[in-house]
Amino acid sequence: MSRVADVFSKGKAFIPFITAGDPHLSVTEELIPAMAEAGADLIEIGIPFSDPVAEGIVIQEADARALLAGTTTDKIFESVKRIRMKTSVPLAFMTYLNPIFVYGSERFIKNAAECGIDALIVPDMPFEEKEELKPYCNQYGIDLISLIAPTSNERIRTIAAEAEGFVYCVSSMGVTGVRKEITTNLGDMISLVKETKNIPCAIGFGISTPEQAAEMSQYADGVIVGSAIVKLAARYGADCIEPICSYVREMKAAIS
Amino acid sequence: MSKGRFGQHGGQFVPETLMNAVEELLAAYEKYSHDEEFQKELQTLHETYTGRPSLLYYAEKMTKDLGGAKIYLKREDLNHTGSHKINNALGQVLLAKKMGKTRVIAETGAGQHGVATATAAALMGMECEIYMGEEDTERQALNVFRMELLGAKVHPVTSGTRTLKDAVNETMREWTNRVEDTHYVLGSVMGPHPFPTIVRDFQSIIGKEVRSQILKAEGKLPDLLIACVGGGSNAMGLFYEFLEEPSVKMIGCEAAGHGIDTDQHAATISKGTLGIFHGMKSYFCQDEYGQIAPVYSISAGLDYPGIGPEHANLHDSGRAQYVPVTDNEAVEAFEYLSRMEGIIPAIESSHAIAHARKIAPAMGKDQIIVINLSGRGDKDVAAIARYKGVQIYE
Repeated sequence: MSRVADVFSKGKAFIPFITAGDPHLSVTEELIPAMAEAGADLIEIGIPFSDPVAEGIVIQEADARALLAGTTTDKIFESVKRIRMKTSVPLAFMTYLNPIFVYGSERFIKNAAECGIDALIVPDMPFEEKEELKPYCNQYGIDLISLIAPTSNERIRTIAAEAEGFVYCVSSMGVTGVRKEITTNLGDMISLVKETKNIPCAIGFGISTPEQAAEMSQYADGVIVGSAIVKLAARYGADCIEPICSYVREMKAAIS
Repeated sequence: MSKGRFGQHGGQFVPETLMNAVEELLAAYEKYSHDEEFQKELQTLHETYTGRPSLLYYAEKMTKDLGGAKIYLKREDLNHTGSHKINNALGQVLLAKKMGKTRVIAETGAGQHGVATATAAALMGMECEIYMGEEDTERQALNVFRMELLGAKVHPVTSGTRTLKDAVNETMREWTNRVEDTHYVLGSVMGPHPFPTIVRDFQSIIGKEVRSQILKAEGKLPDLLIACVGGGSNAMGLFYEFLEEPSVKMIGCEAAGHGIDTDQHAATISKGTLGIFHGMKSYFCQDEYGQIAPVYSISAGLDYPGIGPEHANLHDSGRAQYVPVTDNEAVEAFEYLSRMEGIIPAIESSHAIAHARKIAPAMGKDQIIVINLSGRGDKDVAAIARYKGVQIYE
């Protein structure tokens, strides 16, 4: 079992997302070990992209702040190396295909593996196009995470059959961002995955409150939260570590 | 398996949320592109609504002035709504209607595609929302009002560089919100498969008409085709019919803005590198980390950091050539054609006129150039006045 899949064997997993370099990489380097301490089971690190088409306004703005602060893929690799000396929490990179492809797909995945990244989530690379990265992920031992959406329907079986690590279940249509209500029939979506393959499922997109997290954890093995955390980073800037960690503790408690 | 490739380019790089929508579109397109009724309906619209076939005009004064090749202008500017964009908009909105969609959304740069989509939506009784970079809503204010007159809702896009690229981002985001009843009328030969193919096919009527028109006028095929290229829809529409005719050369003119040696241009083939963005693998203006570069052109319609995947492949194979044309050259050509032929070209199309002025004199008098005059320049008059330091009010 991969380090990533193992995350889900100890109960429901809480998976926070942050944008690397927002407001600065020195903050990111402190924030990740602190979130792990606070109960995060797996942490998604967003590599900022100029044009994040799957993101709502909160993460778009975080990407813009991080890029403006001079964040680059190479600097993020350096930061992750230092983070790895402080924590063993499983880490996933989340970014768009272009920053990976232009950096050199093999070079990117090799560097990511060497600095201790466990998984990769690429929202604009659907099942049909995963050969862009899959061979390198296999070669360097990184789990390439598959996403399923409310519109996936019959595609779910095909995707699940080749999934690894965990399946990222997109809770709602649209882009990332806080939502009052999640109306998708997630139970059915996840049953379809589990019928096909015994693999953990984590739900993301739109979750922000402990109540929502508790509800989602009834269906899934894990809960992913991005925008709600990034909002705290936007609000508190360099002082975001404590507010984010207390939020992580609250969310982890809600699903435990 | 990856679909919709042109050599190494193309593909379907969209979020999973949209995969069923693009698959549904592909299935519908495969059905209706072979459906006689559909083709007849579209053909009738071309003839009775758009005013096709558009003229192929022999620019005699321009030909004599330049003293070389014979120059013909394909008058897409005479179409209803004033540009080639209507060819694709009518096709896609009709297709969307057959698919049972009730709402269309689209991005627009200069506003020509937005106006065309709003027009087709009004005609076919569809709800219509247009996304346009805030900067473009300012430099093309008249087109915003035009779209609103046609019943469309126009959303100024304030993210990123507030131009065409950001309008595409925002329209894709909106599509992921609402795919059930909504079709995204993509305006150029770009984006995820099947869009580059669909838009090319709907625009290929341009080249088909040129073939029969030039054979009638000259009894032979043209030697050279010239068109401006942003995403590349009017160029692809002209080129496609002639790809298998080795004697017909093709040149696409990209926007060089203040010059390709500055950072103020949108010259994707001259200065871009291979990337994967907006659903496709192709060439993009970007940095070493794959961050998409802010691009610049006086022409809002060419102000885009990428190029359609089929063009990227035509460049790789050498079948077509792509050249940069600056703002200054385009503005000079805008004025030149206005005075020389009494035709005010769109600033986009002026890039093609500018290149013809450079190369026609060195060509033989027995040779023929066809320039795609993709749109009319009325929309640009105020901006050109400002460029020249004349303050006028629209």
